[in-house]
Amino acid sequence: MKDKITRRRFLQASGVGALSATSLAAILNSKIAYAESGKTLTIAYNTTLPSLDPTNSAKTSSPAVQSIFKAIFDPYIDQNPDLSFRPGALTKWGWNKDKTAIELTLRKGMVWHDGTPVTVEDLVWSLQRAGDEKNGNPMQFMWRKLGGFTVNGNTVVVDVREFEPALLKWLGFLTAYIMPKGAFTASGGVADWDAKPIGSGPYMVEKFERDAYIRLKAFANYWGPKPAFETVVFKFVPDAASRVAEIESGAADLTLEVPYEEYDRLIAKPGLTGAAYPMSDIGILFITDREPMLDRNVRLAAAHAIDKKAIVAQLLRGYGRPLDTLQAPEYAAYDASIKVKYDPALAKQLLARSGFSLARPIKFTVQTTRGYKPKDYETVAAIVAMWKKVGIDASIEVLDVARHFDQQLQHALAPASFYNWGNSIGDPSTSTGFAFIGPFAVWRSPDVEKMVGPLFVERDEAKRIAGYKAVDRYLAEQGYVIPLLQYYQPVVHKKTITFTPHRAGTIAPQTIRLAGAP
Amino acid sequence: MSANYILRRLFWAIPTLIGVAILVFVLVRVVPGDPIAMMLPPGATAEDVGRLRALYGLDAPIPKQFVAWMGDVLRGNFGTSISLREGVVRLVMSRLPATLELVIVAVAVACAFAALAAVGAVYFRGRWPELVVDGLSGLVLAIPDFLWGLLFVLVLGVLLPVLPISGRIDPTLDFNPATGFYLAEALLRLRWDAFADLMKHILLPALALALPLAAALTRVLKGSLIDAMNQDYVTLVRVKGYSRARILWRVALRNALIPTVTLTGVQFSFLIGGTVLIEYIFSYPGIGNLAIAAVNQRDLPLIQGLVLTFAVLFILTNLLVDMAYSILNPRVRQS
Repeated sequence: MKDKITRRRFLQASGVGALSATSLAAILNSKIAYAESGKTLTIAYNTTLPSLDPTNSAKTSSPAVQSIFKAIFDPYIDQNPDLSFRPGALTKWGWNKDKTAIELTLRKGMVWHDGTPVTVEDLVWSLQRAGDEKNGNPMQFMWRKLGGFTVNGNTVVVDVREFEPALLKWLGFLTAYIMPKGAFTASGGVADWDAKPIGSGPYMVEKFERDAYIRLKAFANYWGPKPAFETVVFKFVPDAASRVAEIESGAADLTLEVPYEEYDRLIAKPGLTGAAYPMSDIGILFITDREPMLDRNVRLAAAHAIDKKAIVAQLLRGYGRPLDTLQAPEYAAYDASIKVKYDPALAKQLLARSGFSLARPIKFTVQTTRGYKPKDYETVAAIVAMWKKVGIDASIEVLDVARHFDQQLQHALAPASFYNWGNSIGDPSTSTGFAFIGPFAVWRSPDVEKMVGPLFVERDEAKRIAGYKAVDRYLAEQGYVIPLLQYYQPVVHKKTITFTPHRAGTIAPQTIRLAGAP
Repeated sequence: MSANYILRRLFWAIPTLIGVAILVFVLVRVVPGDPIAMMLPPGATAEDVGRLRALYGLDAPIPKQFVAWMGDVLRGNFGTSISLREGVVRLVMSRLPATLELVIVAVAVACAFAALAAVGAVYFRGRWPELVVDGLSGLVLAIPDFLWGLLFVLVLGVLLPVLPISGRIDPTLDFNPATGFYLAEALLRLRWDAFADLMKHILLPALALALPLAAALTRVLKGSLIDAMNQDYVTLVRVKGYSRARILWRVALRNALIPTVTLTGVQFSFLIGGTVLIEYIFSYPGIGNLAIAAVNQRDLPLIQGLVLTFAVLFILTNLLVDMAYSILNPRVRQS
């Protein structure tokens, strides 16, 4: 019978179907390797990019997206891999004698991606726009300190309304990019700009699909070294497991921020290698000025009971650097002599002085994110276990990033709260300073404010740095904050390319080369 | 089903949507998390916080915010996303086609699997193929879609790297669609290279979404087919000399489809919700991924817009299911 289904025919049909599907998939799968051709570099990136305005969008203050911005736009001043500064759009920058103005010299011969020249007018407009209250630049609190622009050829003298000792460093920090006045003002809003953004950086935007990818093309008229790859694709892959799969399958040439255990496994595979290096991101246990942390003995006991070396060695597989101050060794005010030793016996003694013991432990809540930073929850769980051994009975509360910031702004965090702090310019004002002054300060007390406040207006740089070192020492002595460790950034890439680690965590495609190429 | 009935259904959707709007508006403001605190760096001053709150209209009392928002919504303005600085309607409409294509492909795959498996199981009723279908559908149902997604990433993306595991299209492919419906447009423009690439990218997420649905549909369809095969009209056509296969495909299947269509319709709505995790795993740029970003950033206008979009889709899908039901079932059509 024509319509009869026999068992054999059913099985045959199923088998042929399965085979066809697999074969079709294999045939369709024409592109796996990319960088070997030397034309296209594919990066599986750990975050998405909301907008291509580097000065005014949700993530402009996120260090993670700066890699892409720096490929398209020129920062006013740039940073070397060791965080030292180098010329960017500006070739010279500096204070006048009495530090009431800064003098900026624009690089000559720069052109925008549409071929028009980069002018001093663009520079002035970019700085004015950044400081304009109406524009919503999140760093506006810094840029509004600038006002009164005097142009003289390629040089601009900018009056400084309110002295800011780290102002010049901010020219290489978040939202500090030169933008094209003409092209930007002619665009009809965010969507139009995102469709055809124009910068002066080493790469031009060829296509941007929000939450999917951005495709960049090398800019032939870039003033700096020619990028090695004609095309660069940043694929936005926020899930760490998916990024591991991307590099392992060969669909990406480079990825970052994979779990440390995966990092070790991946770099042992043929064809892959990697680098795990310290970056400007610190894991901190914030202490809030509320009970029971108003007791110095409790704060110091909590600090001395934490074995940071063990956390780094066992939880982070050695990919971290224990820290006792809010400054990493690459920062301007790092003082290696500030030490908070691991001493559980001392922690017990301190607690005993306040009437607490193993039998009568002090109880409080410690907050942490989970999965936001490498082993964040596990780190806090380990700390809680260490505390338990000395007489601190802490309960863990998990909260997401939005709640953390909300509570930080409301000054409502738990007595101890784990979070991270990035500071790619390495200035102490943007770590110790901001951590203890302003609406986001967690520990608030007059003694610290008295020490930190004057440093925000200190004109003598050596005195300012020494002042911050003294503050960091005082913080350690008082236990007002518990710095834990400096994070390492794990980057995995194919052996066919070379990658230079950058302490700011930047993955600059313009610095990635084919292995063996000059 | 008359046009009058459809209009009546659409009219009654309005109070539902108003209810959803009130609920989501209140909920997103009750849940802890401040979008302004997320945007500002630590160096910002209290004045900066206040200014940004005012800029986004978050400084007013909640009832006043709601009245202002509803007024805008009634004029077709769903506000501006705080994190993306773009109109909510424009953002949602730019992502919705990707999710709809994903869900439609998933439903098509699920229906095809379910039809084959259910017909096969009923045809070989009481023999080992039925046991295989029953066992497999049980296994597939026991594993949630996101686990299937991870399994596909591992097996078909890494171990046998035959299919792409992220995105919607190869970033190096030159294809500039005018609409968000890439698959449909690639077909209409006869861009077979783009179509093949889009299919490669959609296959794994669609399969992950489809498998649990396919298993559920198989079970329902199989039960309906068994019932149908015992009906008098089937006995009649059997007496007329129709083959078992022909009875199954041509006679019983059509009558057995009614409960399956209902289930498919209900599952279609749930599938749109289920895309959130699948889109995240496969970095697929649909409204699921947009929803995750909106929640992470506490982007209140965008969350509100997305929830309303889900509600509208749910209502429309149910209406379409009822229409399909009346087409398949003459008794409903006549009533």
